[in-house]
Amino acid sequence: MTPGQLSAAAKSFNFLKGNHGSDKMNSLNTNIQIFPFPLNIQSSVDWIMSPESGGIDVFIGTVRNQTKGKKVIKLEFEAYEPMAIAEMQKIAEQAFEKWPVQKVLVHHRTGVLEVGDVPVVIAVSAAHRAAAFDACRFIIDTLKQTVPIWKKEIFEDGEVWVAAHP
Amino acid sequence: MNIKILAFGIAKDIFGGTSVNLELANDATVYNLKYLLEQQYPRLKQLASYMVAVNNEYALPGDNLHERDEIAIIPPVSGG
Repeated sequence: MTPGQLSAAAKSFNFLKGNHGSDKMNSLNTNIQIFPFPLNIQSSVDWIMSPESGGIDVFIGTVRNQTKGKKVIKLEFEAYEPMAIAEMQKIAEQAFEKWPVQKVLVHHRTGVLEVGDVPVVIAVSAAHRAAAFDACRFIIDTLKQTVPIWKKEIFEDGEVWVAAHP
Repeated sequence: MNIKILAFGIAKDIFGGTSVNLELANDATVYNLKYLLEQQYPRLKQLASYMVAVNNEYALPGDNLHERDEIAIIPPVSGG
């Protein structure tokens, strides 16, 4: 890659980054960020597309209106940002080791989200669809187990940190 | 040594703030830290589980702590 191409790639990262996203851990084929404002699904798709890709798989998490039959008013997400970025980067690296994928994007929200808002976008590109599907599922499943991000459910009559108690 | 421990999620509610300071022996381990914290904050024991992170990595009970480490309590995660 020429210095000019590198510079163009860096500019596209800065465009995606906006003013608040943290992106200390990105390379040319991974884009891992945490945002305190709404995620841009279209710019995620634009970033993941490449001429070498035969397919992209996008997972969009959304805030559901109830949990176990109880009405949810809103959710609040909190992240231990430097560690969350590092853990998401590890998951992306594992995806690259396990499947022939080309690019991986993981964007996660913090802050207060209402029903229908998008807390997470995961996008994977690959030459063939099977790798993109498998890697995308692996990334969201593993993220939910290891990445230090916490969700508080806020109901009409109280609030609870999800999964905190047995 | 005096160490600062960052708290997130329900750990913030348990500690009553985003961090607590604790006096530990210089050769203290993660296990020692958890023991002391659970004495001071018994509600930690009611959690489904919790981990300690040292310098942005999950730590094992036998890992040693150092004064300048960034130490955090990681209650059960629930992102995504």
